[in-house]
Amino acid sequence: MSDDANLLTTPLYELHLAAGAKMVPFAGYAMPVQYPMGILKEHLHTRKKAGLFDVSHMGQIHLKGADAAAALEQLVPVDIVDLPRMKQRYALFTHEQGGVLDDLMVTRLETGLFLVVNAACKSQDIAHLQRHLSEQCKIEVLDDRALLALQGPEAKTVMQKLAPDVADMTFMTAKNLTLAGIDCLVTRSGYTGEDGFEISVPALKAKELAQHFLAESDVEWIGLGARDSLRLEAGLCLYGHELSPDITPVEAKLNWALSPARRANGIRAGGYLGAETIMKQFQDGVARQRVGIQPEGKMPVRAGAVLQNGSGEVVGVVTSGGFSPTLNRPIAVALVDSDAAAVATKLYASVRNKKVAVSVVALPFVKQNYYRG
Amino acid sequence: MSEIKYTQDHEWIEVHGDGTATIGITDFAQEQLGDLVYIEIPEVGTEIFKGEDVSVIESVKAASDLVAPVSGTIIDVNSLLEDEPEKVNDDAMGAGWFIKVEMSDVSELDDLMDEAAYQACLD
Repeated sequence: MSDDANLLTTPLYELHLAAGAKMVPFAGYAMPVQYPMGILKEHLHTRKKAGLFDVSHMGQIHLKGADAAAALEQLVPVDIVDLPRMKQRYALFTHEQGGVLDDLMVTRLETGLFLVVNAACKSQDIAHLQRHLSEQCKIEVLDDRALLALQGPEAKTVMQKLAPDVADMTFMTAKNLTLAGIDCLVTRSGYTGEDGFEISVPALKAKELAQHFLAESDVEWIGLGARDSLRLEAGLCLYGHELSPDITPVEAKLNWALSPARRANGIRAGGYLGAETIMKQFQDGVARQRVGIQPEGKMPVRAGAVLQNGSGEVVGVVTSGGFSPTLNRPIAVALVDSDAAAVATKLYASVRNKKVAVSVVALPFVKQNYYRG
Repeated sequence: MSEIKYTQDHEWIEVHGDGTATIGITDFAQEQLGDLVYIEIPEVGTEIFKGEDVSVIESVKAASDLVAPVSGTIIDVNSLLEDEPEKVNDDAMGAGWFIKVEMSDVSELDDLMDEAAYQACLD
């Protein structure tokens, strides 16, 4: 558990313990899965007020140099070259066959690019960057920085008290801000579907900054349990579930993330790992795709549940599933055959040898509340 | 006069003087499971066998089972839990009871723990 000597800890570990967190091993770190409030209330608090998440286990990487953007484009199907300064874009590391190695956030800085990658993938991502890009840019792993996320409708009110400058930030933009005397890199983004911020802060100052946020009555610590249910409601992919080396971005329904500049008729078409497969799938469609699943009744349908059509043929598998605190009913996401992917298609999920009737529904389950200005 | 016994699966069984018993999960169990969101309640009249699963308990995080601590026949169920599984989080030892059974072999109770033994196993 939390005292496992093999687990890494974040700079906020002591604060989590002091807050009464239940710590679990996650991607090699001892992380808070929930606090005494519990996952349901933490989830609802984030939707209503502001939740503070320690996501310092995620990898923060700086790609330095004038050619960093062109270099990174070799590894992602996304327009990085024309990404304006202090703007952020969602990206995916793909491999030669078109599958996904990780998903990440890319921010254009004055000095290069700032990447945030998944904790479980970070060592592999760093090796991937070093193997492909080490001659074109300098790869600096920012392991002396922590990462906090402040999410929810009151996040902006809380942030504005520390830095009035955040008011004009829109979704997927970045700013260097001094928060309570601490130099931070702030982006207006997150993983909950709510308006909010991610704050990269020097590790030594992370505790101090977190305490500033927690002093606000609207702010509560939120654990990984609610982080997962929040992203599930918001229809966001989780690496290892909706994204994997066996799933392409087109199958994951992330066509919007494939920048026009990098598509077949774009100004810098292809030129990334797996481009041939991904561009062909973009053009011709795919045999299976990610969909929302609404189970009938109250029984949760979880990851791994096999989906069948009315004739009993297997047509897919649930990739994530659980309970939606906002909707007070179970929800799930699945990869299904494209001929079973139309909204309102009736399917059956196998749960403990029982068949649960489900329907294909549109994503997200809960409306996203990003601040677009 | 009734007496409460406990299992290693963190269930409680309140043994009544008439050969019947009420079964639920302990406060420790509900806390470990976290917020409950779905409970599959078995039907009255179902025969249950010690050690077998009788009910599914789903929390926000995962699914687990209520394991029969004794054998017998279900004579009553707490059907409120179908709509309000959170009752178990609020009052696991009381309003959050699961089922009531007519025991078929009271000697099975001998294997169970009393409160002192259960508390000792939690520490």
